[in-house]
Amino acid sequence: MKQDKAIAFALMLIALSAVSGLALITVFIFKEGLPLILKSGAGGFFFSTDWDPKAKQFGIFSMIVGSLVVTAGAMIIGTVFGLGLAIVLTIFCPKALAAILKPLIELLAGIPSVVYGFIGVVTIVPFIRDYFGGPGLSVLATSIVLGVMVLPTVTSISIDALKSVPRSYWEGSIALGATEWQSTHMVMLKAARSGIVAAIILGMGRAVGETMAVIMVCGNTLEIPSTPLDPLRTLTSNIALEMGYATGEHREALFATAVTLFVIIMILNIAALTIARRGIMSNNR
Amino acid sequence: MTDTTKQPKIQVRDVTISYAGKAVLRNLSLDIHPNERLAIIGPANSGKTSLLRCLNRLNDLQYGFSVTGQILLDGRDIYAPNVDVAALRRRVGMVYAVPVPLPWSMYENIVFGLRVTGIRDKATLDERVETSLKSAVLWDEIKDRLHEPAHNLSGGQQQRLCLARVLALHPDVLILDEPCSGLDPISTGKIEDALAELAARHTIILVTNNTKQASRASDRIAFFLMGELVETGPTTQIFTKPNDPRTDDYITGRFG
Amino acid sequence: MRLLSPAQAQKVAVATMWTLAAITIGILVFIIGYILVLGLPYVTWSFLTEAPRQMGRSGGILPMIVATVAVAGLAVLIAGPVGVATAVYLTEYTREGRLTSFIRFGADCLAGIPSIIFGLFGFVFFTITLGMGLSVISGALTLALMVLPTIIRTAEVAIRAVPYSYREVSYGLGTTRWQMITKVVLPSALPGICTGVVLSVGRSISETAAVMLTAGSAPRMPESMFDSSRTLALHFYILSREGISMTNAYATASVLIISILSLNVIAYWIMNRFMRRVR
Repeated sequence: MKQDKAIAFALMLIALSAVSGLALITVFIFKEGLPLILKSGAGGFFFSTDWDPKAKQFGIFSMIVGSLVVTAGAMIIGTVFGLGLAIVLTIFCPKALAAILKPLIELLAGIPSVVYGFIGVVTIVPFIRDYFGGPGLSVLATSIVLGVMVLPTVTSISIDALKSVPRSYWEGSIALGATEWQSTHMVMLKAARSGIVAAIILGMGRAVGETMAVIMVCGNTLEIPSTPLDPLRTLTSNIALEMGYATGEHREALFATAVTLFVIIMILNIAALTIARRGIMSNNR
Repeated sequence: MTDTTKQPKIQVRDVTISYAGKAVLRNLSLDIHPNERLAIIGPANSGKTSLLRCLNRLNDLQYGFSVTGQILLDGRDIYAPNVDVAALRRRVGMVYAVPVPLPWSMYENIVFGLRVTGIRDKATLDERVETSLKSAVLWDEIKDRLHEPAHNLSGGQQQRLCLARVLALHPDVLILDEPCSGLDPISTGKIEDALAELAARHTIILVTNNTKQASRASDRIAFFLMGELVETGPTTQIFTKPNDPRTDDYITGRFG
Repeated sequence: MRLLSPAQAQKVAVATMWTLAAITIGILVFIIGYILVLGLPYVTWSFLTEAPRQMGRSGGILPMIVATVAVAGLAVLIAGPVGVATAVYLTEYTREGRLTSFIRFGADCLAGIPSIIFGLFGFVFFTITLGMGLSVISGALTLALMVLPTIIRTAEVAIRAVPYSYREVSYGLGTTRWQMITKVVLPSALPGICTGVVLSVGRSISETAAVMLTAGSAPRMPESMFDSSRTLALHFYILSREGISMTNAYATASVLIISILSLNVIAYWIMNRFMRRVR
């Protein structure tokens, strides 16, 4: 009995390690990055487009815009494809075929991001340059690469959401004479709505946070992109590109960039978790 | 047969069992004597299984469970704070309604409880496997394939394996929770035969829904109804002239 | 006004969905095929067993293979026990309550944090604050934190899939809770746990941003846990980004892709056997 209590206590301490890890990350990122944000002020840091480490100018506005623009672009592709795949796999597809397709989608999630970036550079970038103009390294190229990368996330979470819809909903709708497609979009997608929204938000989190693939295809210029064919720089690529040689205030500014990224990600995470939880509750009711 | 002069093996004193504040068995007092075969009968939800699961403290795992009163095993309170629950469960061996062989070989299933107590000697383990399988009337059927997966056995064989698994630990008391509910008549007969033999060395408490089985496989009967003990008496008396009309109604199949 | 009748809409929708699925699978096949076709011819025995020369322009990738195995292996060796212990705590030692939702919340948030932030954290915490420097161990600890949520989640699912009756049987045979867990529950959940671990190895191998900032990029054979090292994924990035050698880049990528493919196949195979047994 006494031994059991000791084990329970030890296990509890270990179980807290994930939370402690999260806390440590938060503390260290903020400790390194927050002072510079406070010193520059919100206007000088978040809303300035002046990024010139040599002149001690640290404005990340163009990178914030860059990150948001490519994330939006990626989500259009990721959502259309991801949701389409989830519907095919849960509703239209014979079970045997789904059993082959699902692991393939998981494999897509397992491909290293450097490989995605590389494939983007050798195929999509020249294609855009030759057929649409511009340098090729662009919002469009980055959005396409990110879209494919977030697709598995959107698919697998949407599949879970669709699977949690009671079968009777589907059968009821079909019995009322609705076509499969009507039942899908009027009944299934509606019932699984919150799970699908959570899937899209988590996909956004992945897109905002992706680094290596983005560095390779975004062009890394400091201007705000004005057309989809312009190059850009994101929050993540800014950190990864300059971290290697940054010192002093420059390094602090990169951590401050990470603070910004961290806050965006946490907002997305918490939104997704809350929405998903609400969805589970309403389906169980 | 029943020796009432000795101290009772188990004394249940004014026990009330509740789940989440709702009593499922009220103010039960009952003595169970050494080497007797007691059958507890009664309709569903009468508190039979709840009592059984208190005797080896399996109810401890249930959230919201509470028990008041006293249960004594050989005169000692099994709910006393210093009781070694694991050792208690080895002394009070339980067979469940549904046979659950663990996903190992038949041999491994039987020696599992022994290994946990620290018995490593191969000869001892082999000997225990053989004697307990013989007691459970299963030895002849499986002696040549002890190392095959236990899941390969039929339902009736699995239940006897589960009985043997408990017997290997040399328990004092055997508690069986409707052990034949899912079995065919032949398997049921084999288990009843085994129980008849086992009464010589063990005290047996058998919960059953089947009054015929109770009449065949017990020395004494306790009839539970809606959380109360209606009456208890020797099997022949309960089946010929019960004191309480409700007992008569149940046995003759008028309800339940 | 309706453009299409329900029956027509059904046809159009089904055709669209299938096209989307076909394109996705096409992309997957294209990526893998592209890398393997261009890279596999250069994956020779000497490429796998020699050190790189001239910064990777020629020679092989042996130190990178060793570094990758060391970093990913250590990461999983650290995260595995911690993750499984957490899952055991969540499933066997507590009821759902404030503490469990707190722990789950932490794990879920950790799962969403981008690898570049893990890298920055590992850089200030492990390499600088704890003084481990750019090293195999710094990289491994960072990756361990990164894959921890995956291991917790898969282990929890696997442990919950073990029938409750096994636990009752085990208690009934006089085991303590700890004996029940170590002798009955964990062995039965092992295949599921292994799947999570194998997938985590895959994630560790693929990771680039986090190891770049914590394990360093020295293209040498790491001689101890405290040596800087360059993993395969980072080597591929450097070769292709700096245009050092395209053939060696493709060959390195092929090795990466084949490792990931095999790990996925292994994970899938284990999981399938597990599912069959649980059923």
